[in-house]
Parts: sequence; C-alpha cells; structure tokens
Amino acid sequence: MVAELATRPQNIETLQNAGVMSLLRPLLLDVVPTIQQTAALALGRLANYNDDLAEAVVKGDILPQLVYSLAEQNRFYKKAAAFVLRAVGKHSPQLAQAIVDCGALDTLVICLEDFDPGVKEAAVWAIGYIARHNAELSQAVVDAGAVPLLVLCIQEPEIALKRIAASALSDISKHSPELAQTVVDAGAIAHLAQMILNPDSKLKRQVLSALSQVAKHSVDLAEMVVEAEIFPVVLTCLKDKDEYVKKNACTLIREIAKHTPELSQLIVNAGGVAAVIDCIGSCKGNIRLPGIMMLGYVAAHSENLAMAVIISKGVPQLSICLSEEPEDHIKAAAAWALGQIGRHTPEHARAVAVTNTLPVLLALYMSAESSEDLQVKSKKAIKNILQKCTYLPALEPFLYDAPPNILKHVVGQFSKVLPHDSKARRLFVTSGGLKKVQEIKAEPGSLLQEYIHSINNCYPEEIVRYYSPGYSDTLLQRVDSYQPLIN
Amino acid sequence: MATLALLQARQTYVGKQYYYRNNVVNTFREQENAAVVKIQSWFRGCQIRAYLRHLGRAATIIQKWWRSYLGRKQFQLTVKVAYYTMKMNLYNAMAVRIQKRWRGYKVRKYLFNYFYFKEYLRAVSETNDAIREALEEFAEMKEREEKKANLEREERKKNHQARKTHYLLSTNQIPGIYNSPFRKEPDPWELRLQKVKPLTHRKPKVKEEYNTDLTSWLACTSARSFPPSEILPPINRKQCQGPFRDITDVLEQRYKPLEPTLWVTEPINELKLAREQLRREQWVRNVNDNMFFPFASYHKNSKYIPSIHTSSKYGPDSYGKQQFRAENPKKWICDKDFQTVLPSFELFSKYGKLYSKAGEIV
Repeated sequence: MVAELATRPQNIETLQNAGVMSLLRPLLLDVVPTIQQTAALALGRLANYNDDLAEAVVKGDILPQLVYSLAEQNRFYKKAAAFVLRAVGKHSPQLAQAIVDCGALDTLVICLEDFDPGVKEAAVWAIGYIARHNAELSQAVVDAGAVPLLVLCIQEPEIALKRIAASALSDISKHSPELAQTVVDAGAIAHLAQMILNPDSKLKRQVLSALSQVAKHSVDLAEMVVEAEIFPVVLTCLKDKDEYVKKNACTLIREIAKHTPELSQLIVNAGGVAAVIDCIGSCKGNIRLPGIMMLGYVAAHSENLAMAVIISKGVPQLSICLSEEPEDHIKAAAAWALGQIGRHTPEHARAVAVTNTLPVLLALYMSAESSEDLQVKSKKAIKNILQKCTYLPALEPFLYDAPPNILKHVVGQFSKVLPHDSKARRLFVTSGGLKKVQEIKAEPGSLLQEYIHSINNCYPEEIVRYYSPGYSDTLLQRVDSYQPLIN
Repeated sequence: MATLALLQARQTYVGKQYYYRNNVVNTFREQENAAVVKIQSWFRGCQIRAYLRHLGRAATIIQKWWRSYLGRKQFQLTVKVAYYTMKMNLYNAMAVRIQKRWRGYKVRKYLFNYFYFKEYLRAVSETNDAIREALEEFAEMKEREEKKANLEREERKKNHQARKTHYLLSTNQIPGIYNSPFRKEPDPWELRLQKVKPLTHRKPKVKEEYNTDLTSWLACTSARSFPPSEILPPINRKQCQGPFRDITDVLEQRYKPLEPTLWVTEPINELKLAREQLRREQWVRNVNDNMFFPFASYHKNSKYIPSIHTSSKYGPDSYGKQQFRAENPKKWICDKDFQTVLPSFELFSKYGKLYSKAGEIV
C-alpha cells in the first residue's frame, strides 16, 4: 500500500478522478506513520497540480483532520500536511478562506515554533500563499500572531527558510499600510536590510520585494526603510546578474523616490540616479519599467532634480528606451518620464529636444497602432515640453506634420521667440518656416490667428506678401492688368 | 414923479423896442440854434466817442492784463506738472535701478544660488561617476569570483574523475592510454592521474544504537569519576618501556561498569518498606478508619447531634441561581425600564464574535 501510494505522485499527469480522494482519506488515519505521511504527500501533490482537485480536498473534509493531526504528529507528517495546506491555499481566495476557517492558521503558527527547519519552511510557505490573496486573509494571518515568528524565521541560518519568510512578509505587507506597519513594528526592516548583502540571488529578490512593498504605502514607512541604511548597498544589487534582483531593486528605489522631494534628493545625492540609468541600459523589456518610472518620479518633484537627472545622462537613455521597446506600456512610461523632465524650464525642454525625441513622440501620438494610454501620455508629454521649448531647430519639423492642436502650441512658441532674436528670424525665413506659417489656415479671432499675426509683424510687409500663398498668381494678374507706358 | 410918468409913457415903446431888439436875434435864433445844436451834438458825439475809445482802450488793457494773468497761472500749473512728472520719472528710474539690483541680489543669494546649483550639479555628476566606477568594479569582481568558482568546480570534478579512473595510470611495463609511446609528452590527464590519490568506496556508516539499559546508567557517570571509555589515550605519548599488558584490556578492566549483585542493589530496610507499602495499600481500601473493638454498644456513649439543616424550623432558603434573575413585579417602584445615559461601551459588544473579519463567510 505504501509502495502504491509512493508511485502515485509520480504519475499525476495521468488524470486521477475523485475516487483518489476517498481512498486517500482513510489512509490519513492509518496507524503506521509512514503511510500517513505518504498519503499526505500524495494529497499535497494532487492539490498542487490542479485547483479542482484542491476543491475536492476541501470538500472531502480532509482539512480538519489534517489540522488536528498537525498539532501532534512528527515532523515528516507536519511537513507533508503543511505542503497540502499550501497546495490548497495557493489557487484562489475562497480555498484559502476555507483553510483559515478550519482553524489551520493557529496550528501553522505553532509549527513555526518547531525546531526542524523543514517544518518551519513548509509552514511559512503555506502562510505566505494564504496571505497573498487579499487583505482580509493577511489580516487573519497577522491576527494569528504569525509576524514575530516570521521575523525570527528570517534570522535562521538556512537560506531556503529565509527566502520563504521574506516572501511571506512581502505578501503580508503589500495589501495595506496597517499591515505594513505591523510588519515594521515586529522589527523586520533591520533584518531585511542586513540580508541585502547576502550573495544568494533568490533571497535578494524576495528581500528587495518585501522592502519595496513596505515602503510603497506612506512617507513614514519609506523613511523608516531608508533609515535602515540601505543606500548605497542597494545600488550594488543593481549590478547583479539576476534580472529580477535588478527589477526589484529598481522597484524599491522607485517606491522610495515617489513620496517626497527630500527622499528623491537623498537618492540623487547617493548617486542612485546614475546607477539606475546604467541598469536601464543593461536590461531589456519589462525589467526596465520600474527604473524608467523612477526617473519620471524624481524629475517630477522639482526642476533641480530634473536637472540632476539630465546631467546624469538620463535623457539619451530614455529616448533609446522610447524608440527601441516593442511594448506599449513601457513606451508610455518613457514618454511620461520625458514629459516630466522637460516641462520645467526652457533649459530642460532644450535638453530633451536636442536628443531628437520630439519627432518620435509625435509619431507615437499620431500612429493608429499605439494604445490609448500611450497616445494620451505622449500628447501630454509633447504639450508640456512644447510650452517651454525655445530651441527652434527642434520645433521646425513640427510645423510640417503636426495636427492642429499641437500646431497651435508650436506657432505660439515661435511667436514668443521670434520678436527678440534676429538670427532666429533669418533662420526662420531661410528654412521655409515663414512660408509654412502663411499656409496655415486659422479662424480669425482664434489664438492661432493671433500668433500668426504676431509672427507676421516681425517681418517687413513685402516679405510676408512674398511668402503668402498665391503670390505668384497676384503678380501675374498685375502683369496682365498693367498698361505699358506708350511714349 | 416925472421920470416915472416919462418912463410909463415910454413903457410901450420900451416894450416894443425891447421886443424888436430882442426879436432881431430871433431871426437867426433858429439858425443859430440849429447850428449850435449841430455843433453841440457833434461835439458831444466826439466827446462820447473819445470817451468810448478811452473806455475801449481801458477794457483792452484790463482784458490784456487779466488774460495774461490767467495765462501765467496756467503756465505755472503746466510747469509744475511737468516738473512733477520729471521728478517722478527720475524717481521711477532710480527705483527701477535699485529694484533691479536688489532683486538680482535676492534671487542669487537667497532663492536660487546659481553657482551653488552649478556646484551641486557638478558634485552630483562626480558622485554619479564614482558610483558608476564602483559598480563597474563590483561587477568585475563578481565576474572574477564567479569565474574562479567555476574553474575550481571544474578542477574538482576533473580530480574526482581522475580518482575514480586511477587504474588508467600507466605502469612501467604497460603505458596507459594517456601515455602513448608515439607522443612526445604524456597527456595532461596522465599527470593528473599521477598526482591524485585513488578513490576507495566508503563503507556505510553503522549508526550506534543509543544504549538505554540500566547497567550503563549505573556506571559512575558523575563528572568527577572516571572519564567514559570512548576517549582514546593521547597519541603523542612516549611509549613506556617494558612489557605491558595490552592497553585495551587494561582500559576495559579499569572502566568496567559496575555490576552490583541483587543483594547490594536492594535497599537495606527493604522489609520495612514492603510492610509500609502493604499497609498503605490496605488503608486505601478501608471504609472505616477506626479500630474494631468488641462490645460495640458499650463504647457508644456520644449523643447524636442532628445537623442544623434538619433541625431548624425554617425551610430551604430562597437562595441560588434560580432566584438571581427572578422578577418580582409587585416590588417594582416604577414601571419604566432603565435608560442608558451614557453610550454603550462598544468594546464588549463584539464579545463572542471575532474581532477581525477573518473567518466570516464572504
């Protein structure tokens, strides 16, 4: 019988029907402990594979029996039972709720105090999967008193246990600020911050994710994370070989930077911006997204910070992202970040315009393939940058192929700059800009008309007439109607 | 009287003469009157005209003076206004100069220190470069470490392989496969095989059963007694001279566990203890502790005292759980129930229900 059970977990892919459940259930109550353990292990593997089977496990009333015997049996049984609970709880919130209803949380918390690290790991894993689904379940886990024990588990020497405990803490704290505060009150931050130095990359992933979930809720929590002296150690994580470590480190820095200008200032002073820009350059795809958003948040706070981003050579990198990336949401994020950088003063707009990103943004706005989000973001970015842009060579291409609502802003900018700068006026005429402006049709009384009017006032009458459309026709008409002087 | 009569006779003549003499004048009187009137009117006209001219001149002079006075007044006003405007323009220009300087100073010193900002940006870019260098170094170091670890792993694997296949080593008679006679030098594997120690299979470790029988416990286990037999004698001890008995026999004998006889292991007052035990067992089964005496009714001399409950004249008291919540409407003084003055204390309103929403069916 034991051998039969032991072979069954190997061939789960051959679909077993629900008869298995009723067979396994009485085996759980068997006298021989090995049979119990293997039965529990088989149940766990079945539930892990498919959520219908997990539902069947719940419906078959196996859970109360498991929970009851979890409290008493030896450590192999505890591991197997915790594995079953984890497998059932990972599929959906309802199943996890069913597990909590049987009172499994208290027994799992008791397992957390066990000596064997395997038992602890299985119990922590089950708790983590339960807490992952929503805030009520996380609250239930916290009410069962799991958090201080999780913090103790983090300090254990086994790497696997640390990993799982960090991921469980991250799952608990991601739902709401109160839960994050509970995790912080248990003193988790100091231990998590120490573990950033650990060489194991999977552990670093979980630790960074936990810290970022804690920091994202409020300014106080972010400040507490920063006080744990994670800078500049976190920047070394940005150079890690593992992609997800880089992504989680960028996420952590982004969550810290987005709250207040002072926190962003701190990051800039620690050289974080350069590290993030290098990290963006070395990654591809979705990994880049938190880094791009971080640059956007830093630049959004104030113009000094935006200037700091510019001198760290952020703008060329962002424009590379904008043009290279295939995915729309990453492009939208890059467009937004560029808009935040360029909207403060003419210097900033100039820095953005010099890298020739404005035509790219315009193309994204106009193309029918871009998603709506991308279009909206690129339009806003163009608008913000154009309102401050005085770098005329970058504005000229816009005269030719921009839609009317953007053209209005472009012409407005020209009308602001041209009255004061004679060289720019000359350049404007020679490059054919004046000709194009004359061709623009505007309703009289609209803002566009006023701008065109003020541009025309910068030039002598003849030149304006020369460039107005249909001038050659009027000249020919004059030739026709001219009476030569017969003397 | 004569004169009078003369005069009276001359009266009419005198009268007529008087009339005729005066009438002469009459003939030219009209003419002369007209002339005189003409002359007089002309003269009066001239006079009046002269007077009017005079008046006109006087009016001109008055008007002249008056108008010049008005003009001068107006002019003074204009001058005043112009002067005032000039002064105000001057003040404005000066104020602009001061404001220009002050605002430039204020912005540069307090609001936005351009040079400080430039310095800050330079410092930030320097920090960035430093961080970039440090991170590059870190990445390089990591790479080097990883390469080293990989190389070491490779080495260990190769060494293990060599240990397992040590029999491929060449001997004096037969050259091995890595040491072909046609080669100039032996293959590196050959050298590795030479360096390495041959691998022997490990015997499976026999796990020592934990000894729980009584005899090992009875051996002197206190720290002050002989140390247990698992400790080996020190290796570097100089061999003592002379034929000695085998050391294992000696130690066996020395640390032989105590095997007491049955007579020794039992306590000395065993009989007494056994009796006590028997007595205790029988006492448990006793119903009555008193000794049995014969002639029982002779010893019965104590009067029976009934209990207070049976001997009182009152019945069972109205006390107990049933009476705690009994309502006696006749004893109520008012027909209204208690009203809450203060709001109820919500902390305990959830007693019996869970404090958190966990466990509620969604």
